[in-house]
Amino acid sequence: MAVSEPPPKLKDSPGPKQLALLHNGRWSGFTHLLAARMTELWREPEVMFWVFVFPLLLALGLGIAFRDKPADVTPVAIVAGSDAESTLAMIERSPEHALIHAQIAERNAALKGFRLGKYDLVIEPDSASEFHYVYDPARPESVLSRREVDDALQSAAGRKNPLTTATTVSSEPGSRYIDFLIPGLIGMNVMNAAMWGIGFALVDMRQRKLLKRFVGTPMRRSDFLTALASSRILLMFVEVVLLLGFGVFFFHMRVMGSWLAILLVGTFGALAFSGIGLLSASRAQKIETASGLMNLIMMPMWIFSGVFFSYERFPAVLHPFIKALPLTALNDALRATVLEGASLASQSGRLLVMAVWGVLSFLLALRVFRWT
Amino acid sequence: MPLAIQCRDLRKTYDGKVEAVRGLNLEIESGECFGLLGPNGAGKTTTIEILEGLLPPSSGQVTILGKTWESDARELRESMGISLQETRLAEKLTVRETIDLFASFYREPRLSDDVLDELQLTEKSNAWVGKLSGGQRQRLAVATALVGNPKVLFLDEPTTGLDPQSRRQLWDIVRGFQKRGGTVLLTTHYMEEAERLCDRLAIIDHGEVIAAGTPAELIARLGGHHVVEFAASGEQNDDSTDQWKHLPGVESVHRENDGLVCLHVREPHLTVPALLDLIVKQNSQLLHLSTRQASLEDVFVRLTGRHLRED
Repeated sequence: MAVSEPPPKLKDSPGPKQLALLHNGRWSGFTHLLAARMTELWREPEVMFWVFVFPLLLALGLGIAFRDKPADVTPVAIVAGSDAESTLAMIERSPEHALIHAQIAERNAALKGFRLGKYDLVIEPDSASEFHYVYDPARPESVLSRREVDDALQSAAGRKNPLTTATTVSSEPGSRYIDFLIPGLIGMNVMNAAMWGIGFALVDMRQRKLLKRFVGTPMRRSDFLTALASSRILLMFVEVVLLLGFGVFFFHMRVMGSWLAILLVGTFGALAFSGIGLLSASRAQKIETASGLMNLIMMPMWIFSGVFFSYERFPAVLHPFIKALPLTALNDALRATVLEGASLASQSGRLLVMAVWGVLSFLLALRVFRWT
Repeated sequence: MPLAIQCRDLRKTYDGKVEAVRGLNLEIESGECFGLLGPNGAGKTTTIEILEGLLPPSSGQVTILGKTWESDARELRESMGISLQETRLAEKLTVRETIDLFASFYREPRLSDDVLDELQLTEKSNAWVGKLSGGQRQRLAVATALVGNPKVLFLDEPTTGLDPQSRRQLWDIVRGFQKRGGTVLLTTHYMEEAERLCDRLAIIDHGEVIAAGTPAELIARLGGHHVVEFAASGEQNDDSTDQWKHLPGVESVHRENDGLVCLHVREPHLTVPALLDLIVKQNSQLLHLSTRQASLEDVFVRLTGRHLRED
């Protein structure tokens, strides 16, 4: 056996028995993995932006775009001609005049404006007492406009209503678009953050051979995966509080349910999407593969799950399928707890949907997961 | 001495076609520093990853510290440390956070401070991994392997791409570990590293051990401890080496691609004058002449006809 030359400048190495050792408990790996994950996220400015700033900007933009307008004024055109001026005068002295903005325009310009959505209705006076409406039955605002203009002209011409009616105006917080939107945005954000956060982190670690390095230690594989999912739940708490708090302060939303119930609903959502994120990134070697797959999975939910508009607009045949999607369950449960103050027990069906998605995909991911 | 690492008839076939390892046998004793030396693509990494339990062999048996991967995986992981050929550790964690993280996976790890100190990383302990130099990163990679207080250390090309000073630092660390009673298995394609660091070596080519022994034994097998290299004018480019083989003290002859002739000799002081005489007799001129100690590189060239590192 060759004797290697003595090491030139090595410090006195302690013998095997002199090494000081720590004693780690069962959860030391898990807590360190979770802490490391949170530290890494905190040091990643892009993550901070996408997780926290972007949803707030989205909520702000949409909230402003769909803010409650003072009244819905319908723009209409009166085709220029001998009776145009008198028609305009009739509208303006009617009780409905505040809701109608009428303009005299050449026939072609009026029809073109109607086609482009500039006018909801075109009025063509045939004579001082005969009118012809051009409207589109497929456009709700056009239908409404025809009715309002007709009422205006009829009452201006002297129609007497047989009944006396009165109305109360209601635009209380709770029934506005922003109230519908914020829980949907929270749901979408929980989905996006969990899927991207987990998917990218996994593929990146696989590419760096960090996963392989980890399985070369006594680390429990389930600790690693649950730490990753737990980091999403912690982030979810912050996201929910931020977005909901934003709605309360800027749009005077009322949170009817308990925050604890809302956070628990969010936890189910974060778990479901962590599982799905884990599964979709369980084998991919490249970011592109994983992100394509994740987009494919998320796309139907962006459309069907009632983020920006209610899924009631889709045919009723589809509703059972839509309701089986995890994002639908999350959005519905969030809206029920936030807007109606529903109890957790009443949401158990939706929580179950999320739990099933989470558990099944987590178990499947464990089976097919590629660590190297 | 008890065997720390043993494998018998190890085979690995990828996709049913590529045979990366073909019937490899190794016996590594406790407390030894054993090297797998071979060119890129020889099957070194596949072999070491099978021994590390990261890759299942197609066939063959592996025993580490008397245990097998099938029955005692968790126990084996507790008693070994590994450094992969290339691991890019999380860039935005600090050196200390990284070591603490790896320490947390073991039941009885060493103190991070001690490991930082041993690997001369104390000054860098609060620096992000992304900001480290190549040598510091490699020391950190070895630190993550040492923090678990392993009995066996696996290092896959630990010094590839490092400058000579960083390389020497790593050698010191490996020797220190060995001095505490640890067993080391490392792969390398640097013959100098193999010669100076390893107690015993296996030279691997095309997935097979083509020679094994201490560096001195392997070199002795060349027949001569010295190499005389020369080039002469008029020296025909035929492959005949007979005329040189019969010079006094020559054990074997090998012709390089660039026209150099290598003589492995026992006693250069006898060979060189005879060589000069013969060249004069042939009416040719000496263009180049050098003599040196034989190295593992010469052993490899002798065995395979190729160099370890063919760029």
